[in-house]
Amino acid sequence: MKVVVDMNKCQDHGQCVFAAPDVFSLDADGRLAYAPDPDDALRDEVEEAADVCPLQAIRIED
Amino acid sequence: MTGTATGRIVVAGASMGGLRAAEQLRAAGWTGAVTVVGDEPHMPYNRPPLSKEVLAGKAPFESLAFTPKAAAADVEWRLGTKVVAARLDRRTATLDDGSSLPYDGLVVATGMRPRRLRCPGPLTGRHTVRTLADAQGLRRELTRPGVRVVVVGAGFIGCEVAATAVGLGVTEVTVVDPLPLPMVGPLGELLARALLKRHEERGVRFALGVGVSGFEGDGGGQGVGGADGGRVTGVRLADGRVLPADVVVESVGSVANVEWLDGNELDLTDGVLTDEHLRVGGRPEVVAVGDVARFPNARYDGVPRRVEHWSIPTDTAKHAAKALVAHLSGTEGESTPFAPLPTFWSDQHEFRLQSFGAPVLGRDDVRVLDGDPDGDVLVGYHVDGRLVGVVALGGHTTAMGAARYRAQLLKQPALTS
Repeated sequence: MKVVVDMNKCQDHGQCVFAAPDVFSLDADGRLAYAPDPDDALRDEVEEAADVCPLQAIRIED
Repeated sequence: MTGTATGRIVVAGASMGGLRAAEQLRAAGWTGAVTVVGDEPHMPYNRPPLSKEVLAGKAPFESLAFTPKAAAADVEWRLGTKVVAARLDRRTATLDDGSSLPYDGLVVATGMRPRRLRCPGPLTGRHTVRTLADAQGLRRELTRPGVRVVVVGAGFIGCEVAATAVGLGVTEVTVVDPLPLPMVGPLGELLARALLKRHEERGVRFALGVGVSGFEGDGGGQGVGGADGGRVTGVRLADGRVLPADVVVESVGSVANVEWLDGNELDLTDGVLTDEHLRVGGRPEVVAVGDVARFPNARYDGVPRRVEHWSIPTDTAKHAAKALVAHLSGTEGESTPFAPLPTFWSDQHEFRLQSFGAPVLGRDDVRVLDGDPDGDVLVGYHVDGRLVGVVALGGHTTAMGAARYRAQLLKQPALTS
């Protein structure tokens, strides 16, 4: 599973961090960081993260 | 799944709630047909940018459209048409072309429409912001040089539109509201005061504590509807003042699209009443999703409420789809009542409001948790000394500060316990 975040869209709401804390995090400045190729076992939580992104900036590619 | 896999679920409404419902029906194991019916010509799109990026001309439509999940690829979309009636006892829905859609399961996801002011004066030049077409039409007017704007309603949309208009270079923007402070309903007095100050510092004017009694037009007549009233030239206030206006934005709340459910003995006062599993009228084959659903939240006091936050279509769709599919497939069992943690945000000028929980329930006991109302501030809302909501006003790090309280809010026992 490959995760792509459109960083031009991302506004650092952090909703993805609540949904998938193993994949997404906010750094000390409040900016998003993420693991681009997480384990497939995390698919449900990454899908949840994509759903809750207010900017719909998260895409999952197989 | 016995027999029902060949049945059909009709989703009435093709906005975010309709899309999430269709996706979650598949996620819950429904393999039968799913038909989504919606009156806009577009596939579902994201609405928060309408009052901000779309109005500011920074977001093309392609950037707003949701990308439906692959699992929902076989969902049938009937766009540009709508459900105008339903017979729940016969399990049929009627479309505006007169055709009838029989269903095994029905999802009510018809959402809201803007409330309009009912006072005399012309209609031309008056706008609402709910759909893409609305936002595009308003943008064309706001970008005319020297335009004077009056925004009626100092809630989320009104405040966002006023901020965006100032950002577009509009020099005369006035917000009118019968309440004494902007967004005082959801935020309470302390933050509403801080918000007012920020808007005024950035050039937004306010006429607060006064309602609108009518609109002036250039047509000379007193007619309602623009026919002989011409185009709007001013907003008449209840205290006699007239605010000159070339463009009026009405953001005075919304009305639930539930008329199509009339005649089914449902409670349709302010949305459609549901039980704790989002089921409608004691019928397990009918569920409601999104801001049209008036549901009890087991996290709080059990009083059914509608919630217009962005997160609600997704939250309700997950729970409602599970409940509906469990019923249709005969696998109903013990299930946990719906208990979402509400969250909302609003971007205005360069600052963000970020909320977790239900501040509206704790407006009588508001405490500053961190910072200062004149700068970045984090505020807590309490019921009987118990934290029920937090709201941040300021920059990014303040919003992150609010998020630190999210886990605490999730752990709180229900207000009824």
